[in-house]
Amino acid sequence: MNLTLKVWRQKNADEPGQFVSYQAKGISQDMSFLEMLDVVNESLMTEGQEPIAFDSDCREGICGTCSVVINGAPHGEQKATTACQLHMRHFNDGETITIEPWRAKPFPVIRDLRVDRSAFDRIIQSGGFISASTGGAPDANAIPIPKPDADTAMDAAQCIGCGACVAACKNASAMLFVSAKVSHLGVLPQGKVEKDRRVLAMVNQMDKEGFGNCTVTGSCEAACPKEISLDFISRMNRDYAAAVVKSAWNQS
Amino acid sequence: MNIYHAIFRSSLGKKFIMGLSGLALVGFVVGHMVGNLQIFLGQEKINAYGAFLKSMPKLLWAARIGLLACVGLHIWSAIALVRENRRARPVAYQVTRSTASFASRTMIWSGLIVLSFIVYHLFDFTITPEFKGVDESGRHDIYKMVILSFSHPLSAGFYILANTLLAIHLSHGFQSLFQSLGLSTGRFRHWFQSLALVLGWLIFVGNVSIPTAVLLGFGKEVL
Amino acid sequence: MLPDSKIPSGPLASKWERHKFDLKLVNPANKRKFEVIVVGSGLAGASASATLAELGYQVKCFCYQDSPRRAHSIAAQGGINAAKNYQNDGDSVHRLFYDTIKGGDFRAREANVHRLAEISRNIIDQCAAQGVPFAREYSGYLANRSFGGAQVSRTFYARGQTGQQLLLGAYQALSRQIGLGKVQMFPRTEFQELVLVDGHAKGIIVRDLNTGALSRHAADAVVLATGGYCPVFYLSTNAVGCNVTAAYRAHKQGAHFANPCYTQIHPTCIPVSGDHQSKLTLMSESLRNDGRVWVPLKSGDQRKPWDIPEGERDYFLERKYPSFGNLAPRDIASRAAKEACDAGLGVGPTGYGVYLDFADSIKRMGEPSVREKYGNLFDMYERITGENAYRQPMRIYPAPHYTMGGLWVDYNLMSNVPGLFVLGEANFSDHGANRLGASALMQGLADGYFVIPYTIGHYFASHTQHKPSTTHDAFGHSETQAKARIDRLLSIKGNRSIRSMHWELGRLVWEKCGMARDRAGLEEAIATIPKLREEFWHNVSVPGEAKGVNVALEQASRVADFMEFAELLCRDALHREESCGGHFRTEYQTEDGEALRNDEDFAYVAAWEHQGEDKAPALHKEALDYQEVKMTQRSYK
Repeated sequence: MNLTLKVWRQKNADEPGQFVSYQAKGISQDMSFLEMLDVVNESLMTEGQEPIAFDSDCREGICGTCSVVINGAPHGEQKATTACQLHMRHFNDGETITIEPWRAKPFPVIRDLRVDRSAFDRIIQSGGFISASTGGAPDANAIPIPKPDADTAMDAAQCIGCGACVAACKNASAMLFVSAKVSHLGVLPQGKVEKDRRVLAMVNQMDKEGFGNCTVTGSCEAACPKEISLDFISRMNRDYAAAVVKSAWNQS
Repeated sequence: MNIYHAIFRSSLGKKFIMGLSGLALVGFVVGHMVGNLQIFLGQEKINAYGAFLKSMPKLLWAARIGLLACVGLHIWSAIALVRENRRARPVAYQVTRSTASFASRTMIWSGLIVLSFIVYHLFDFTITPEFKGVDESGRHDIYKMVILSFSHPLSAGFYILANTLLAIHLSHGFQSLFQSLGLSTGRFRHWFQSLALVLGWLIFVGNVSIPTAVLLGFGKEVL
Repeated sequence: MLPDSKIPSGPLASKWERHKFDLKLVNPANKRKFEVIVVGSGLAGASASATLAELGYQVKCFCYQDSPRRAHSIAAQGGINAAKNYQNDGDSVHRLFYDTIKGGDFRAREANVHRLAEISRNIIDQCAAQGVPFAREYSGYLANRSFGGAQVSRTFYARGQTGQQLLLGAYQALSRQIGLGKVQMFPRTEFQELVLVDGHAKGIIVRDLNTGALSRHAADAVVLATGGYCPVFYLSTNAVGCNVTAAYRAHKQGAHFANPCYTQIHPTCIPVSGDHQSKLTLMSESLRNDGRVWVPLKSGDQRKPWDIPEGERDYFLERKYPSFGNLAPRDIASRAAKEACDAGLGVGPTGYGVYLDFADSIKRMGEPSVREKYGNLFDMYERITGENAYRQPMRIYPAPHYTMGGLWVDYNLMSNVPGLFVLGEANFSDHGANRLGASALMQGLADGYFVIPYTIGHYFASHTQHKPSTTHDAFGHSETQAKARIDRLLSIKGNRSIRSMHWELGRLVWEKCGMARDRAGLEEAIATIPKLREEFWHNVSVPGEAKGVNVALEQASRVADFMEFAELLCRDALHREESCGGHFRTEYQTEDGEALRNDEDFAYVAAWEHQGEDKAPALHKEALDYQEVKMTQRSYK
């Protein structure tokens, strides 16, 4: 099939960008969306032009590197699917596809469709861990964890950190990402020790990065390739409130 | 941890303020509606209700000040949050395809229109009412004032519009506040969602019924 | 010459314990005076960076991804082995050790493997403490499954995303150290050159992938944890960014490359659908627990799978390996599939695929049970192929997946270049000629959490060479070399795309040095690769400039290294005149087509020394001295 692509091209963070149209010819239905971009890039490069820069790595939906907004939907409209796993059979011959980068102030464009998501790393660095240095751990079965808790933790821990939640949210809020990590660690007994400190620190860092606020539109959940639930945001709100109250109590 | 910062400056703290103040305002809206619906019980009942409220000025003023504070906090947090939200996406998407509900996307607009209505409404009925008449018992004739006001299609229309928007605002806001307060997990989420929808409809039907009834001829006898 | 492998003396089971005592220590107050460079942030790199920083060393960690959390360890699905014997089914350190040695077809070092089996238990403890959400029973205790043909249940898992969860655990530990200022993280930064000062590895040159700037970094030691070299086949289950650059350029600086011909081809991948494909997707091996592998009996049978009656199907794994059946080890299952396809029995549009059929399991357990067990895999299969595997059999075909070979290291995980340590898939040490399922995660974390923290201190305490200044001539020289290489790539301005060159190389290596190899094919490949290289350096198109983001340059630079490395891979395969594990030479097989090892002549590690451009590398042999285990023929019949 043949497609028209309207792709955001931007040389670097400082220069303004614009949409450029490309023809993608002879696209097979069995290609993934990124393989379709590979084809376009290959023809650009053999013509001596610079390829469209986009991020991708594992191409099997788990590393969270790919990050393109396809016709207004992060990772495309297919449910629970990253762009690298989205296949061209879901598009029609002759269609025009608009491809944009994640748009958020904390995710500045590096070039074309590549954005800088190091804000997410800084949020994790602020408290998204259990401070268990190597060596001192007790036997893994020493602390039994109720299966429902372990399952909830896993549901949250599945987050691949792609940032589609931010890209989808009308406010560019990072609440789903942050709450997934807060919840993953907070429901496990190992993570309870630092629970209050963690949620306060991570929310503080999230605010500093300049993400927007949650207005509970549910767009993040709908766009999440791992279908992380909005419940975790509510859980984080609760954890935050509890941490503030406890901390105020302790200070007084 | 700085408590002031955690409550008034953080994103989550502001959402808390918005949610709690919203909850208080919802309480008022429901109470106000129930009170007003007494109009259907006749002139005597509603005027007595008005006189009853005025008979305890201290409580009335405490409630008014409390409500004003809630409105203030609600508006302040809304403006602060919206400004942050706008800043968080300086470059808009070319193509937008939103999965968010209409109500959730338009909270600030429904909120602002409702606010302007409240101001108008307060001047119209409370602060500088055109109609200052009294009933047979010498009480402020609220019944007649309402019927008079809603007999103007423009005035009734504004009232209906504002209450429709209020209902939409609440259908999202009421479930959202439970999310902000951290109570909306698991099946509770669905409960709150349904509850918010029911509340929205109730407010709509309850409040809109009065001007609609007046436009359809209810209370013509006092004109 | 190969240096001593430093395997401790004494009985196997106490070697590591004794060695830990013999290793010199660095005074806690002095640790912060030592700086370590870690390249790579996967399981091995992230765990090493975090742990070294916890000990007090100054660490700089580099990765090409935009975040350390995205390293390809994240894609491991199945699980991680540990000799915990929680299931009371007869597991022990010795059994895990023996299974791993046997699985590796007796081509791994006994001492290393035993250490790995010992440490496996600590890894699970550490990961549970970090909050890795392993699967649990209703008791609240950890769940296990049997995996990759093991006779005991020793595999710990987190749904089908064990690699992801373990990596996130290591990433979070690393993030904590970054937050504390103990680790300086350099994402989107690519290794260019290893810098040697007085023969010791003392720094690296890197390129910032955002700005294009080259920079110099000096340290007291350099740790490479840069993964394997599967993309030499072009199509593999690796991430598209995986590359051999750091390992190969270190090799050119003097580090020996060991056993490159040991490559693992995973049997259950989604078959190639066309030339456009950028990678192959692995379907968890666990599918073989309930799926039956078959091909039609008749060659060229065009009927739909459901129209082929039972009597006209060949369940070839069950037929050939009655006791292991569909659960035969990876190398054996892969080769059997290839043989069936080579005989013209393959299915699907390309003829390179075999059926993995769940019809019987669906009949036996019911569709809901199958959905519960494998639903996410069936969904993934449908996303990629558009086919519903509940209604028709999956098509699978082997694909390159993991490479057992890597830079040669001694027992301390130090290469023959002093100060250069190599961890995880990037080294050669623990898997011999074939890796068992759920062992890669174990090794990466063992190296990073529990080996390097001890052994690197010994190096610091035993040598007086300290971190040099980046103004040292050696840095200038290496930077010039890196710059010259980039300028050369940009100046070619040819007509061929980088992808087409990589594809051509990969196709050649896959055909001549893939699942089955022979002398003639390997010689042909060794003769062809230099021509391809020539073509690459004269006719490839690398647009853009050195400054700023240049995707083409990133790709070309990696492919250039594969163009050289491929030859080394083929040379190693040619020289090893036996079949073992993932290395199958068709000339050396038993009557019934199994790998025929030659322990007499080839029970050694082949470590290759770079001799200069266009010169054949020199071979060094490290004899494999087995004290505990008797080498036998692997049988899974």
